[in-house]
Order: sequence, then C-alpha cells, then structure tokens
Amino acid sequence: MEKLLFYFFAGILLFAATMVITVRNPVRAALFLVLAFFTSAAIWLMLEAEFLAISLVLVYVGAVLVLFLFVVMMLDIDTSALKEGFTRYLPLGLLVAVLIVLELIAVLGAANFGLDQVPVPEGSDESNTKTLGRLLYTVYVYPFEIASVILTVAIVAAITLTLRPNKRKTQDPAEQVKVRSKDRVRLVKMASEKRQDGKGKP
Amino acid sequence: MLDLLTQHLLPNIGKILLIVAILMLAVAYLTLAERKVIGYIQMRIGPNRVGPRGLLQPIADGLKLLLKEIILPTRSNLYLFVLAPVLAIGPALAAWAVIPFDAGMVLADINAGLLYVLAITSMGVYGIVIAGWASNSRYAFLGAMRSAAQVVSYEIAMGFALVGVLIAAGSLNLSEIVMAQQGGIFYWYWLPLLPLFVVYFVSGVAETNRAPFDIAEGESEIVAGFHVEYSGMAFAIFFLAEYADMILISILAATLFMGGWLSPFEGIPVLESMFAWVPGLVWLLLKTSMFLFIYLWIRATFPRYRYDQVMRLGWKVFIPVTLVWLVIISTMQVFDIGPWFNNIVEVTSP
Repeated sequence: MEKLLFYFFAGILLFAATMVITVRNPVRAALFLVLAFFTSAAIWLMLEAEFLAISLVLVYVGAVLVLFLFVVMMLDIDTSALKEGFTRYLPLGLLVAVLIVLELIAVLGAANFGLDQVPVPEGSDESNTKTLGRLLYTVYVYPFEIASVILTVAIVAAITLTLRPNKRKTQDPAEQVKVRSKDRVRLVKMASEKRQDGKGKP
Repeated sequence: MLDLLTQHLLPNIGKILLIVAILMLAVAYLTLAERKVIGYIQMRIGPNRVGPRGLLQPIADGLKLLLKEIILPTRSNLYLFVLAPVLAIGPALAAWAVIPFDAGMVLADINAGLLYVLAITSMGVYGIVIAGWASNSRYAFLGAMRSAAQVVSYEIAMGFALVGVLIAAGSLNLSEIVMAQQGGIFYWYWLPLLPLFVVYFVSGVAETNRAPFDIAEGESEIVAGFHVEYSGMAFAIFFLAEYADMILISILAATLFMGGWLSPFEGIPVLESMFAWVPGLVWLLLKTSMFLFIYLWIRATFPRYRYDQVMRLGWKVFIPVTLVWLVIISTMQVFDIGPWFNNIVEVTSP
C-alpha cells in the first residue's frame, strides 16, 4: 500500500517537474511548480517528516509561489522570442546539465547514499516538530541565528535598493487623523435672494 | 485489503461526508442569517417570502444558481477557468479534517494540526488568483492581484498570532490546545493573549476577503473583482468557499482563544453543575456562532478600506503588535510568571 502511494506521488512529481520546464506558458509552468511542491510534500509526509512537509506547503506553496505568480502574471512574455535562442544557448545549457548530473552522482551515488550509508531512522514516539525545534535551538543554535541574520540583511538590502523616498506620493495617516472639519469646510452665511418683481416668496 | 476498507476507509469516508453535508447546510443558512442580520441592523426585515419567515430562501437561491447557465468567456484560459473554483473550495473543506468538535471528536487527530490548518488555508488564494488570471478580464485581474497581495500580507500576522497560541499551550495539536485552556473563562487564551486574539480575528476577516477588507471584490471600483466572469454554479462554488472559510475562521477562533468545547461556567460553583449536561459540541457551536455574528456585524457597520490602508494595517500595525506580544508571552512562559503560564516547558538538551 505504502509503495503504491509512493509510486503514485513520485509519478505525479516527475510529470509536474517535466511540465514546469517544457510548458510554454509561464503561468502554467508556475502552477505545475505548485503541483510539484505539493506532491513532494506528500512524499515527505510518507517519510513521517510532517513538519518539513507542512512547512514546505506553508512557505513555498502558500507564500513564495503566490508572489511568483503575481510577478509572472504581470509580465507580457512574447513566446516567439523564447524559442529564438534555443540553438545558440544549447551548448552552454548542455554543459551546465552535464555538470549538475556529475555533481548529483558524486553526492547521491550508491557509494554514499545507499541504505547501508544512511539507515532508515528508527521510529520515535516524540513528534517530529518537537525534536526539530529542540535541535535547532540547542545544538544548531549558532548556525540557525547566523542564517536568520543573513536573511534579515538580505531583506534590508532589498528594501533599500527599491525604496526611493521623496519620489512617491504617500499619505501620512497622522496628518489625516489630525484634520478637523473647520480646516476643510467653510460655512458661509448669506442673505436669501429676492425676487425681481418683489412679489411673493423668492 | 478488505479489512482496511471496512475498518478505516468506509468509516472515515462516512465522517467526511457527514462533516461536508453539515458544513454545506451551515453555509446555506449562514447566507440567510447574513441577509436577516444585516436587514435588521439596517431597519429592514430581510428575505421573508420563501417558506415560513423566509427559511427556504437559501434552498431557492441554490436551485436558481444550479439551473443557471455557466458562461465560459471565449478568450479565457478554459482549463484554468474551470479549475479555479475547485481550487477555492478544496482547501476550504480540507482544513476541517483537524478541527476537534468535542473531546475525541475529531477526524484526524494529528500532532501538527495548527500548522496543517495554516498551510491548507494558505492554499485558498490560488483559486482567486487563477480565477482572476484565467478570466482574461481587466477587472478580474485587478481583483486577483489585490487579493494575492492582501492574503500574503495578513497570513504573516495570522501566523504570528498562532505562534503565540502554541507557545502558551506548548502544543500544535488542536485538542491539546483546548485542554491547555481548562480552568474557566478567564483561563481561555482570549485574556492572556488579547492582542493576538484581536489580530487573529481581524486577519481572519481579511484572509476571507470579507468586508471591510473585500477589496478583491470591490464592486464600487472593479465591478465584482475576481469572479466578474463567473456565473451559475461556478460562481456559487466561490461563494460556498468564502462562507466555509468564514465558518472555519470562526470555529478556529473559538477553539484557539475561547476554550473550544469547554463550558464557560467551569469553576463557578452552582452554574457549573447546572449546565454540566450540555454537550461540549453545543458550547463550541455557540462560540462559533458568536464569531459569525461579529463577521456580519462588522460588514453592516464599516465602510470598505482603501487599498493602501489595508496594507498599512497589515504590515505596520499587526505584525509589530504580534512580534512584541510574542516576546512578552515567551518571557512569561519561560520565567513562569502570572496565573496563566504555569505549565513549565521543559528545556532539555539531547
């Protein structure tokens, strides 16, 4: 049963991943990426890594790819321009592909990634989330803190690069709240108009 | 194999069908309640023609939408256009799997329940974004863009509010979070986590795209936002998803901050035994209805926010508030301060 489920999810994952790089329409490619992330989360769930699986859905599917779609949808991509450079970039692409395959074989080859190298972890009664949290905040606390500082620096850098103060039209809410009606509206008392012939009501 | 089928699959499918059927009925009558409540708030009677006191109105509405033609725009992206309502309703229903209705009355009692809810509800935005894009209409597209930005912003504040709950309860399991609030109405998390409670509920209103945060629809500016091009049952499914999400946010607020199925009279001498016969489910539903009423009340009271105001509230007010309160409750939890945080979290190195 478990094997059946694994091959089911793995099949969908491979299909989705292939579609991401072959589909012409960038919005569809992004949506296939969503499917790929979701199925890999399902495979992680089967490995009992529920925290990683759920945070993959939460962070990548729920936030990162929404923003990704946001950008991709606004682009007006000319599909014929995409096809043009195919032969020109082919050698470079092949070189990169070969390099990646070699690297993957070096890391994931049977010599260092077999079942005898990385044994199946024993089942534990403690929840995955708790164990992960404890390890992150005790054994790996310095790497964890350093990583978060680096990410904060990256956010600050990105904002300073894009933010141009004094060039944007903005509202100051404090000023808006301070406004009273007498600053904006002036009531003027006027005598009512008289009729030209002086008879009856105006 | 047959054993698996009869022992696990069939009972669970039965439970799922029961939850979905009750939820759909609740959604139908929530629409009637909305029209009635807003009607009375505005000194009108509301629908009162179909059935006794208008009680059959939602059935009539549903039938009408079922029989209407679904119009498919010619220049639209057809697959995605049809897929979008499905993507909207799927997460809205899937999140109900981990909601505990009473002690032990839960479909899937998983350890990371809170995270699961957060992850699944964050998927709901795809329905709206894809609907807006696939319609190939300017108004729908604007609605989708607004919705994407809004939901992603408020999800952060909402997530932080939930982190506060899990620090206080020391668990991600929703049943355990309810049990951690035992001891009476002043032990429920609405009091010790008051700022987070307010942030959570207001972000919930924003997440479900309800007034005053319904800028994704914004009928005065962009006609009807992301669902301009939808008609008939396809439109009704967006509607169902929105209302199912409203009920979900309300029941989560009741579970996380209002003690879930616990009786409000716990710890009060006479009243506790007087109301001991009331099942926990009734308390939970009463609390949920209260939040749903607040939803409708807010809609009848406040005008729609401007887009920049929505963004400012999310990023510059809610996120700082939750961050500060997280530091406060972490301190209270670690140093064991106050009447609430007496369950010491054991910190042991492996």
